[in-house]
Amino acid sequence: MLQRLEHLLGIEPLAREQITFILDQAAPFQEFQKHALKKLATLRGKTIALAFFEASTRTRISFATAASRLGADQMNLQAESSSLKKGESLIDTVRTLEAMRPDAIVMRHSASGAADFMARRIEIPVLNAGDGTHEHPTQALLDALTIRDRLGRLDNLRVTILGDILHSRVARSNIHLLSKFGASITLCGPAMWLPREFEYLAPNVRRVARLEDALDGADAIIVLRVQTERIHEPALAAEEYILGYQLTPERLRLAKPETIVLHPGPMIRGLEIDPAVADGPQSCVLEQVTNGLAVRMALLYHLVGVAPTDAPHPDPAGSDAVSSAGSSSGSSAAAAKGSANAAG
Amino acid sequence: MRVVEKRQLLSAEEIGRTLQRLAHEIVEKSGGTKDLALIGVRRRGVPLSQRLAAIIKTAAGVSVPVGTLDITLYRDDLSTVAQQPVVHSNEIDFPVDGRDIVLVDDVLYTGRTVRAAMNGLFDLGRPRRIRLCVLVDRGHRELPVEASFIGRLVETSDTEIVEVRLREIDQEERVMLVDRVT
Repeated sequence: MLQRLEHLLGIEPLAREQITFILDQAAPFQEFQKHALKKLATLRGKTIALAFFEASTRTRISFATAASRLGADQMNLQAESSSLKKGESLIDTVRTLEAMRPDAIVMRHSASGAADFMARRIEIPVLNAGDGTHEHPTQALLDALTIRDRLGRLDNLRVTILGDILHSRVARSNIHLLSKFGASITLCGPAMWLPREFEYLAPNVRRVARLEDALDGADAIIVLRVQTERIHEPALAAEEYILGYQLTPERLRLAKPETIVLHPGPMIRGLEIDPAVADGPQSCVLEQVTNGLAVRMALLYHLVGVAPTDAPHPDPAGSDAVSSAGSSSGSSAAAAKGSANAAG
Repeated sequence: MRVVEKRQLLSAEEIGRTLQRLAHEIVEKSGGTKDLALIGVRRRGVPLSQRLAAIIKTAAGVSVPVGTLDITLYRDDLSTVAQQPVVHSNEIDFPVDGRDIVLVDDVLYTGRTVRAAMNGLFDLGRPRRIRLCVLVDRGHRELPVEASFIGRLVETSDTEIVEVRLREIDQEERVMLVDRVT
């Protein structure tokens, strides 16, 4: 039996089987996106608080749409976090949110550990939409779903992650997830963004300085966004980055014809990725977006959809719950056999 | 939950004969099979719908499309279920608009499953007509739902459960009446 998920704070604490369960449960929600009528009543009456303390468009819209399509209401909190002292304001935030009694909180914050901080102080499920440079679990899950759908498997892959690894919570979550499935991971980027410590995050992680050495045999390449604030640092100019690390069609050929390319978005065409690669057949960026919606719907369904109990997740191969046993009818047991008794 | 078997309602042969009869009834009472489609409600409605389609094909020479519907997301009792239901995909590869649909399930009880199935169908399109075919109707409706095609009508009490076993899922084939033992 799977240990039931209470929060989604990161990939690192998850068991491989829990991840597989989430990915399997995303499949019906992938299919759901093709329905004419994309509205369920499954989470009707529930309120999902979207607490984004860091700017986000894509992730926020994705979670908002997931909540809407499940029939839930939303509480939208977007706070500027320019001068928040670590910890102090979060306590106030927790208290404010709790006072409005949402049924779950989706949270993005610039401080690593913020989601965990929230989860320890609040009684409702917390879904981490990105905390500082720590984790972005739903991104890794949608990346894994995309990879699994495209390549037919998730085990023992060779994956290259390219770009600003140091500041990337996407990189960390992906390293954790793919390693649980036996991946060999190659990290590639400018040296100051490629700390040695990352090799200790999981077994089979190596760093490579030159892009040309990082692509051979790769099943999937994850291209990270270049945070343009950093590209103006004296250490690296945009032209240098492009020269050394842009994923061009020529460089992509150093991998395999079947190699797929992922990008968490938003892409800067012409900087970290050549438009021809971004729009080419190996690119999965649009599928990633669709899969993100499916994964987030599956997570909201399983974390919010049923009243919290200690019951573990069911074995996906087991029988369904709506069997011939019928619904939980409130009527008391009719002891009489044969004809019914008159009331009263 | 412990159960004690009270009696057998349908043997394997009886299930087979019942499905034969139901398949013929469906063809007779559909005024033409052009728009007809069978949709099996997960879980045991699925093999039943497939068998009905096979019989219709053999008997009437007509290929009726068959689909699968998962109602987990449309249930009205999510907050009372102890274990969290696993969601499965639908498998309906034909458009639902304008179709003469026969929903197929093993047991009709409170009617809530059928209500959920109809909600699911309406999310996919607008059928011309929906009728219900069940192997067993055990009474105790809690919603205004009725079946047009009934294999066996059985009087039951609230403590009893109608257990359907089908070879495709349970590796045996029979329908039993069992009692809940507390």
